[in-house]
Amino acid sequence: MAWVNAIIQGLLTGGLYALFACGLSLMFGVMKVINLAHGDLAVVAGYIGVGVIAITHMPVLWSIPVVVVLMAIIGYVLQRSLIQGALSRGELTTLIVTFGLSIVIENGLQQFFTANSRGLGVGDSFITASFSIGSQITIAWLNVIIFALAVVVLLGLQQYLSHSKYGRLIRAVADDREAAQLSGANYRHVFGIAAAIAFGTVAIAGMFQGMITTISPTLGTETILLFAFAAVVIGGLGSLWGTLLGGVVLGVAQAIGAQINPSWEQLAGYAVFLAVLVIRPQGLTSRGAQA
Amino acid sequence: MTSNLPGGQPPGMGSSRPPSPPAPVPPGRQESGAPLLEVRDLVVHHGQLRALSGISLAVYPGEVYALIGANGAGKSTLLRTISGLHHPTSGSVTYDGKNVTGVRPDKRAASGIVMVPEGRRLFPSLTLEENLKVGMSFARKGPWNIARIYELFPWMKERRGQKTAQMSGGEQQSVAIGRALVANPRVLLLDELSLGLAPVIVQRIYATLPQVLESGITVLLVEQDVSQALRVATHLQCLLEGHTTLEGTPAEVTREQVEAAYFGATDGSNHGLG
Repeated sequence: MAWVNAIIQGLLTGGLYALFACGLSLMFGVMKVINLAHGDLAVVAGYIGVGVIAITHMPVLWSIPVVVVLMAIIGYVLQRSLIQGALSRGELTTLIVTFGLSIVIENGLQQFFTANSRGLGVGDSFITASFSIGSQITIAWLNVIIFALAVVVLLGLQQYLSHSKYGRLIRAVADDREAAQLSGANYRHVFGIAAAIAFGTVAIAGMFQGMITTISPTLGTETILLFAFAAVVIGGLGSLWGTLLGGVVLGVAQAIGAQINPSWEQLAGYAVFLAVLVIRPQGLTSRGAQA
Repeated sequence: MTSNLPGGQPPGMGSSRPPSPPAPVPPGRQESGAPLLEVRDLVVHHGQLRALSGISLAVYPGEVYALIGANGAGKSTLLRTISGLHHPTSGSVTYDGKNVTGVRPDKRAASGIVMVPEGRRLFPSLTLEENLKVGMSFARKGPWNIARIYELFPWMKERRGQKTAQMSGGEQQSVAIGRALVANPRVLLLDELSLGLAPVIVQRIYATLPQVLESGITVLLVEQDVSQALRVATHLQCLLEGHTTLEGTPAEVTREQVEAAYFGATDGSNHGLG
């Protein structure tokens, strides 16, 4: 029964990992930007949430859409200014610029919020609410909500990319930027929209991270970015549902590892990550070995 | 990222000809009013290489203006500069009476200068119909829409859900034309439609041109296949190494003149080259 419990808990955690990962995957797929500050953005979103709640006293769940919109705006502006500027100087420059952004964010957060960790919505009853199956399996409602939300977000994103005008343009620009320009699309604006979506999704993840456990200034690069990368690589680059599969595989591997030996949690996750890189480098869902 | 290193133009690059003066307009063309698209003294560099050395042309409404010339003559560069993908070193592009030289390519497309680029450049991860829909994203008002494209190319309707990567060269070229047409251009730039296609397919694609012209679209095309260009053009210009070597209507120019202009033979010699 303990094993079933581990698998269920790991599977649910995978939803959160998918939310961390899908923005990273989107930004790489569309603009070939490997955003090394991606994890820090989740943390920033969490701290914005702390601020929004402190000022407005709104319930933590209500603050999520506010934070998502704020982060989406920040994403659009950052893409149109800093990241686009780096892109124009070459794709490798974006690595350096986002790495720098990551350092600036972490130090900025430590300066203003100290290195102490913080939780979101501490004391709210739904965060600790849970239900039991049998005597050994206890599932937190929050984890179920996150997993369901991850599926909803991915479904929505897929619908948006498939059927909306700008979703189609995002895919067109990812295919051939110049040809999209010839169809009248301002690719910089399209990039901005893609970045807004990426920042918005990671904002959701950052808020829930703050509810499940806590956030601290350096959490972004210590775990979130690495988990997001692992989920993307396991699932397959450029595939939305791949990030969910990757997140779930990573989550289950970590849970099983922790079940065997509590200190093996992270090790087990990275072992699976390495195994996928060796056996199936294109990821579990990708058909071809694309860049 | 054009770096202007010293010695911008290498010597001996066939630059003995002076830049051509603004093209004299043959009688009859002005009847249609002002040119819809005008290029004046366009100089374009690819890095240090001078691709165009002072090209001028005027395209009047309703014309089929053909740019001919061998590989590397600068035809595609000229078209890409008109659509805004290249920035000229000097010279101007005027569209509908407005100077658009510094205007972004997407804005030019939305205002009615639409190009079918060399090599089709379809979106491979999108379906046929999605490719057309992207073309329609910033369309002007006009007669062309997806239904009309399916009338022009009846085979498309059945295969609209297919990815274009699996299609033949001719089919891809047709999709590229459709993607440009649904934007309802005023000037359609066609870059090397015949490239890599069997002659019979080229014929079939050019057979759609009359319907395009009927809808009021002006065409500026680049073609390596001279006989094909002469068949459809109402006006033509021949480029050689970035210079204009011949201009006129197909009726005005002789086969010998075209040959000489195409290959760069000076008058009275080397006519046998072709």
